[in-house]
Amino acid sequence: MNDVLTVRGLNVTVRDKALVSDVDLTVGPGERVGLIGESGSGKSLTALSLLGLLPEDVVASGSVRLTGVDHELIGADERRMSRVRGLQLSMVFQEPMTALNPTMRIGDQIAEAMLIHHTRSGRGAVRAAAAELLERVQLPAQTSRAYPHQLSGGQRQRVVLALALANDPALLICDEPTTALDVTVQALVLDLIVKGVVARSSALLFITHDLAVVATVCERVLVMYGGRVVESGPVGEVFTRPRHRYTEGLLAASDLETADRRLTTIPGNVPPAGQFPSGCVFRTRCRHATDVCATTPAWFGTPANGFACHHPAGAADA
Amino acid sequence: MRRLNPSLVVGGAIVGIIVVMALVSFVWTPYDATFVDPAIRLAKPSWQHWFGTDKFGRDVLSQIMVGSRTTLFVGVVAVGVAAVIGVPLGILAAMTRRWASELVMRTNDLLLAFPALLLAIMFGAVFGASTLTAMVAIGIASVPSFARVIRSGAMQVMRTEYVLAARAAGRRPWPIAVRHVLPNVTSLITVQASVSFAIAVLAEAALSFLGYGTPPPTPSWGRMLQESQEFLFSAPRLAIFPGVAIAIAVLGFNLLGDGLRDRFDPKLEDRR
Repeated sequence: MNDVLTVRGLNVTVRDKALVSDVDLTVGPGERVGLIGESGSGKSLTALSLLGLLPEDVVASGSVRLTGVDHELIGADERRMSRVRGLQLSMVFQEPMTALNPTMRIGDQIAEAMLIHHTRSGRGAVRAAAAELLERVQLPAQTSRAYPHQLSGGQRQRVVLALALANDPALLICDEPTTALDVTVQALVLDLIVKGVVARSSALLFITHDLAVVATVCERVLVMYGGRVVESGPVGEVFTRPRHRYTEGLLAASDLETADRRLTTIPGNVPPAGQFPSGCVFRTRCRHATDVCATTPAWFGTPANGFACHHPAGAADA
Repeated sequence: MRRLNPSLVVGGAIVGIIVVMALVSFVWTPYDATFVDPAIRLAKPSWQHWFGTDKFGRDVLSQIMVGSRTTLFVGVVAVGVAAVIGVPLGILAAMTRRWASELVMRTNDLLLAFPALLLAIMFGAVFGASTLTAMVAIGIASVPSFARVIRSGAMQVMRTEYVLAARAAGRRPWPIAVRHVLPNVTSLITVQASVSFAIAVLAEAALSFLGYGTPPPTPSWGRMLQESQEFLFSAPRLAIFPGVAIAIAVLGFNLLGDGLRDRFDPKLEDRR
């Protein structure tokens, strides 16, 4: 079966600093894939480069192919990209408070999403479709007459989700969609995201730093650190038997059931963008690092299930 | 409840009075503003002629009322010209890539460095003195300040997530400019329009004073000032009435601009 999204050797650089290096990523039809990592690990840049929405002097190279699109997404001109965006590929951003135009009614904004790509025609059909989309995200039909400032953060994020799903995209990218929301609202929004993509059999690429969210939403997960994918695999496997030392540290840090009073942390900080060490990007913070880590570790296993570490957890320390 | 902002109230009231005065002058003035009556030339203010009469015996109050029409008309057209050219230029400069934006803004600087009044006089010399020439010249001279203000506002809007979201939804740049950027800089346009209006009022008076503005007999505050020159010592009221009218009008539009700025800028709200 053909994958919905195939990314090969994605590099993102600003001037000569590498921000994202050699990212390989596939998302199958209807699959829900998590992309996890700390701030500055290149998750959001990866997402923006798929859409071709990187800031002006940030450059992406490599290969990005999307099902139903007969051209390469990296380096495609604006005209071609704008036909893909919002139709086959759409995105939910992190900050719901600013993601809607404050001067337009909700209904007009949803209608706009459909009118751009001519997926519905006629005033009545568009209005009915907008009302149905709102109903799907459990907002009353009157919401379409409201302005964004009249809605709460959670309601706005549901509108943003409705917008993103308006044209039944093949792939939905969510960039930290619940980070800015209350925990109680988070659960509802996550539920709506999963229901939304399942109902349309859309694939989902879910970006977050929250392991618990990935565990509930996704089937497969990729762990990013320092602009590289360091481990990937099915959620259950990666979270119970991590192999990369970074994943191991991340899991230990989010383990709330340790008897220890002190919170476990990964020592040190994420290096500033573009200043990652050569070889294994994690070696400056890794307890297991040795001289061999100065060379870039090879990828073990398949792209969908593997890791890149010289001293994987679960194996005897060499 | 939101406390009323004094400059907005006072500025709005002054502008309102001028607008009402101009509207009333269409249907009623105490006397025909252009009616010459040598028998009562240079009459002092009295119950018949509240503000007196000028050297031709024309009623000053009537002239001021009719003159406010000229003032408002020139202001509206000049600001309209400035906004119609300046706003798209500003948005264009904010949205285009570096070199195009630089081209627009440096041309803008060039125009800004050129004295506005000199430009208007040049226009008058080339195309002949008329209200139309004055309006267009003042409008063109006001384009750079519009473009500058709108560019900075539009650049802020371009950085917002809803513009990014619109692009992620497949919107092309042109519709983004019209539907997302423009509506979110309207407050800036309103403020700038009101400030430019004050400048236009002053510029029209100056041009008419110099003889490059509204030609006689159409009453204009600037030309009333000019005609009063020879009587500056014998009948200073002839300079005072139109002078005060100009000052009040400029003050009114400036206050309105300040008030609108305070009203629209949420960052200033806490300080009040």
